Amino acid sequence: MAAKKKQEKVTRHKGMDLRDGLVIDQITDVAGAIHGVIGKRGSPQLDFPARTLANVIYDEKEGYFEIGKQKVERTLTYNTVKTFAQTLRFMALSKELVERNDFATKRDAYYQSKNWGEAKFDEQPESDAVMDDVEALFSTYNVSREELRFYPEEHGGAVAGQLVVMDTDRDGAELEIDCTKFGSGSYAIPRSVEHLRFKTDAKFILAIETGGIFERLNYHKYWQKANCILIELGGVPTRATRRFIRRLSEHRGGKPIPVYAFTDCDPYAFANIYRTLKVGSGNAAHISRFFCVPHATFLGVTPQDILDHKLMDATHKLLDVDVKRAKDALKNDPFFQMQPKWQKAVKQQLSMGVRAEQQAFAKWDLNYVMDKYLPAKLKNPKSFLP
Amino acid sequence: MIKKAKYATAEEMAAAQREISVAEFFAKNRHLLGFDNPAKAVLTTVREAVDNSLDACEEAGILPEIHVEITPVAAKKEGQQLLLEGGNGKKQKGFGGADRLIVSVQDNGPGIVKEQIPKIFGKLLYGSKFHRLRMSRGQQGIGISAAALYSQLTTGQQATITSRTGGRSKPHRFRVGIDLAKNAPEARDAEIGEKEEVPQGTKVVLEIEGRYQKHGKSVDEYLKETAVANPHARFVFKDPDGNVTTHERASKELPPPAKEIKPHPYGVELGVLINMMRDTSSRTVKGFLQTDFSRVSPDKAGEILKHAGISEGYHPKTIARDQADRLYEGIQQTKLMAPPTDCLAPIGEKQLVDGLKKEFEAEFYTSTTRPPDVYRGNPFQIEAALAYGGKLPAEEPAQVLRFANRVPLLYQAGACAISKAVAATSWRNYNLQQPKGSPPIGPLVIVVHMASVWVPFTSEAKEAIASYEEILKEIKLALQECGRRVGIHVNKSRRAEDEARKRSYIDMYLPHIGIALQQILKLSDSEREKTCGNLKSILEKTRKV
Repeated sequence: MAAKKKQEKVTRHKGMDLRDGLVIDQITDVAGAIHGVIGKRGSPQLDFPARTLANVIYDEKEGYFEIGKQKVERTLTYNTVKTFAQTLRFMALSKELVERNDFATKRDAYYQSKNWGEAKFDEQPESDAVMDDVEALFSTYNVSREELRFYPEEHGGAVAGQLVVMDTDRDGAELEIDCTKFGSGSYAIPRSVEHLRFKTDAKFILAIETGGIFERLNYHKYWQKANCILIELGGVPTRATRRFIRRLSEHRGGKPIPVYAFTDCDPYAFANIYRTLKVGSGNAAHISRFFCVPHATFLGVTPQDILDHKLMDATHKLLDVDVKRAKDALKNDPFFQMQPKWQKAVKQQLSMGVRAEQQAFAKWDLNYVMDKYLPAKLKNPKSFLP
Repeated sequence: MIKKAKYATAEEMAAAQREISVAEFFAKNRHLLGFDNPAKAVLTTVREAVDNSLDACEEAGILPEIHVEITPVAAKKEGQQLLLEGGNGKKQKGFGGADRLIVSVQDNGPGIVKEQIPKIFGKLLYGSKFHRLRMSRGQQGIGISAAALYSQLTTGQQATITSRTGGRSKPHRFRVGIDLAKNAPEARDAEIGEKEEVPQGTKVVLEIEGRYQKHGKSVDEYLKETAVANPHARFVFKDPDGNVTTHERASKELPPPAKEIKPHPYGVELGVLINMMRDTSSRTVKGFLQTDFSRVSPDKAGEILKHAGISEGYHPKTIARDQADRLYEGIQQTKLMAPPTDCLAPIGEKQLVDGLKKEFEAEFYTSTTRPPDVYRGNPFQIEAALAYGGKLPAEEPAQVLRFANRVPLLYQAGACAISKAVAATSWRNYNLQQPKGSPPIGPLVIVVHMASVWVPFTSEAKEAIASYEEILKEIKLALQECGRRVGIHVNKSRRAEDEARKRSYIDMYLPHIGIALQQILKLSDSEREKTCGNLKSILEKTRKV
């Protein structure tokens, strides 16, 4: 019934992407409900999911952080009238952006508000907070911030390998981007990836922490030999990178393309980079389900790899912050608490007292990582850490 | 031959031992009297002279009018650079880098009779105020002669005093110096020109080494605060740059003349007790107790002597040391009435507010005069006043004005009972900010006045009040009383502000809700107007609930 109603509405947004039409419907629905309440002389209110850690759940079945059911109601009063007005104005801005097929970064949106007279934001953190509100509000309708056309400032990571990305430009022309044809360069993941489509028969996606290793594998066309797609994470992956990997890996339907994470061997890589890639981040749990790759697994470098590949003399001592981070993950992070194999690995690293970088394999040979390490690991993907 | 170290014999030591006069002692320890640096020296000199003038005027029932003038001495004359010799024959040096200033203070008071002038200005510890228990600004009889001594030490100039005791009597002028070794005046008559107009009152002129500084702990601040505590006095001040500031009087009512009281037995220490017995004119110890103390009836005198085990008929002059000891104990064991308190003359609640109003522009004033209380047998009374809001600085710690017997205290705030009580009062209860252990922050002036026949200063320079428990408690009660009233005022004005702000919110932000809804829902202008109208009435409804 509800689906049929949506269908009818969508027909009103002619010449527009189906998804964009749904976003406009959602914005109109929320505003319409408020207008309706005001018409009946009732106090209008907005419901936001409560963004506290207490309202974050690790969804074991789906494999990511999920926001709980607690809601924060913001009723229009003297004290909330300013943010209430600003929230609605951001919604109006969002609708306009979708209609005009444009976007605004956080900074753009902040400057837009300077046109609102008394309702303008004095500093960007204020406008960011209201934008987070709007994002949280619409996340309950499965609409992401990018779909609201509010784009992050930072772009995604680099991509190279057996992949054709199909994009459309503003005029609606189809573009086919062959990621094997960037030579010594690479394709950069755009800020919003929702509209992209893909063509690939790659066997897996390798998500790489550091630029150094990405460069080496790309330079030597490792993607050709291994029939894979290389993606550079560049530290903790951005929203766009995570979303891109997620959509790419699932675009064929059915069994997703395997995603293997390849990072340094240290608590930061485990607890921040990999954890965020796989299950999302705790303080943005309301959007995690869009921005995570639950089926990703961890190829390496594991503490055991340090021993297996005799890298002990190419390691560094764990710093106090590393130890603290590792202990914190064991004690407080719901993801690590659910994963006995990870607990074992983190404890093993703590007892070894060292960390190793991806590039440590260069001790044996510059291309050891490509010729020996990766082939050896890829023989048995079932042994990867979950 | 080994040379033996030379040690002094008792005889040799005796040859070097001699009496130290009070004047010599203070010449070497002038910081004890408030002359520790050039800026403070100027203030202390002015303060001692003004305090004396106010005391004299009030005692004579005259509304005080006091002119203070500080003029720089244009050029130092060689001959005047003479330095007087201290007790050890060494030269007493002035301060480096200080200016030479002439300080002149003139009042319209009763004047001083000719014979007394040299002693008052040329002898330390001479005066009427030490031996009596009466509320007055001066206490020890050390202040003005110390200023004269300081003048003599730093510039070699003697004090010039002009005085006229009435319209008909002849004016006279003296130049007075101090003989340090003898603590005795060296005075000579100075001519008064035939045509010179000398009005009634006293004029003191001192040439001192010092530095005049504006603001802070300075003469202008001292006069401003004095004007707050003495709204019945008029002050005219001419600073070294020739700028004239006038503090007009806000009240024509003189404070009631303070009554003199006899000491209360609880407030007398053993040594004082022995001295009093030596000096008394009573011929029996019982008579002595009855006549020389307050609150000692014949019954009570008998009770004291019974406790002490001394017979009533004993002549006080024959009381031996151990008997005095027992007498002292006997006093402590006897229950006595608190001393009379009608000897105190507080400034008064209305006068305090009047004084504050004319010196500080604020929006709210309040004051309180506490009932008298007693510490160590000395009656005292605390008053407090607060000024809030208006043009007072909102982001700074409150300004605390401390007064003892109407004299402002500018130095040693940290050691003073008043500062301690201000910090110990929890101003947060009265809607004011307060960092822990500090005065409150906000547009606030705090005035505390202690009136007493004997103010317990922590030093001779009269800069801080000692923290007796009874005194601290009374100050806190007075501050709390005033604080509550300010709290109510702050609350009221805050509520009014909130109300106004909320009201302006309607006009500011409601239109934006209308605009946003219009954009999203493609409303017509009239639909938008209607929505805003509805919102306004919804908001007003919710506020009333």
